[in-house]
Amino acid sequence: MVSAIDRRDAVANLLEKRGDALVVTGLGSPTYDVHAAGDHEGNYYLWGAMGGAALVGLGLAQAQPDRPVWVVTGDGEQLMAMGALATIGVAAPRNLSVIVLDNQHFGETGMQGSHTGAGVSLAGVAAACGWSETREIDDQAEIDALASELTDRAKGPRLYVVKVKAENLPRSMPSRDAVHIKNRFRAHLGFEPN
Amino acid sequence: MKTDAQGAETGWPDRVFDTLRAAEVTQASYVPDAGHARLIQRFVEDPAATANVLTTEEEGVAIACGAWAGGMRSVLLMQSSGVGNCINMLSLPVLSRTPFLTLVTMRGEHAEFNPWQMPMSQAVQPSLEAIGLTVRRADDPETLIETVAQAAHMAFSADQQIAVLIGQRMIGAKKW
Repeated sequence: MVSAIDRRDAVANLLEKRGDALVVTGLGSPTYDVHAAGDHEGNYYLWGAMGGAALVGLGLAQAQPDRPVWVVTGDGEQLMAMGALATIGVAAPRNLSVIVLDNQHFGETGMQGSHTGAGVSLAGVAAACGWSETREIDDQAEIDALASELTDRAKGPRLYVVKVKAENLPRSMPSRDAVHIKNRFRAHLGFEPN
Repeated sequence: MKTDAQGAETGWPDRVFDTLRAAEVTQASYVPDAGHARLIQRFVEDPAATANVLTTEEEGVAIACGAWAGGMRSVLLMQSSGVGNCINMLSLPVLSRTPFLTLVTMRGEHAEFNPWQMPMSQAVQPSLEAIGLTVRRADDPETLIETVAQAAHMAFSADQQIAVLIGQRMIGAKKW
């Protein structure tokens, strides 16, 4: 099934209700999508370290157990870290939600097809790894409900696969200076640079 | 006194744990290794610490960076064979100048029975240095404790990315 969800609209709708959530973005389009919704000091943008987004989210969630942590990443980025779904399932943070924007393609590199378009279910893998909530969303009307759900306390980690249109939108680029982003993020939490 | 595989008789893993906790390290991520068994156990049993078992070592690099972003100090515990799994992910702490500390128990360098340990063992220090880490090494307990203490200080107070290699001679060859 081809989804009609627009990734920029979906991300903007979710982030409107972010409250005090901290947001980690996976490299490529998810980083641009989150930035396009409005830059924020509580955003930790990744431009590399493929496979690391959900795990940066785990470390952050363990360090900040009273803050919701949202990871916004893509299907290719998460496929590189299938084992992370096991590690996070075991760690079982109650404040971590992973939102996979799944266009079933490697969009940054020429729209080669990914595993999720060939039957691999990241939500299914996360469910098998003991995540407390996992599901696929392919209707824009469900995005508002998801935004409300994300602000609730959870029993454990949650993964939502949002099936989005496969398209390359104009890039909306945050700073690529990783030191700046890190220090800005930490300052947002009240930490001084060394 | 001779050490056994866990170093239980000389107690250096307990001293490493105390050194790390004194440096306010409250999170440890690990792929198990016999040489780290006691240290892992101490983190798992510490109610004030968080321990993450990993499926592959690079996960711990990303976790440590997230932890620091949130104000927590982390250590990655692994065997030399795991270093090769980490290389690209290490671009994250290197580029973001995030404090990063890993303790690596060495295989493939002293009385090694398994030749499959050799190639990665020999690539540990060159590959870590190639991606930008500072590498320190200890082959006896006293040097190790001092090295871990200064490495933690340099990592968390001077934003450095440091690996401490623990020589196989100190851990003891694996018994088959």
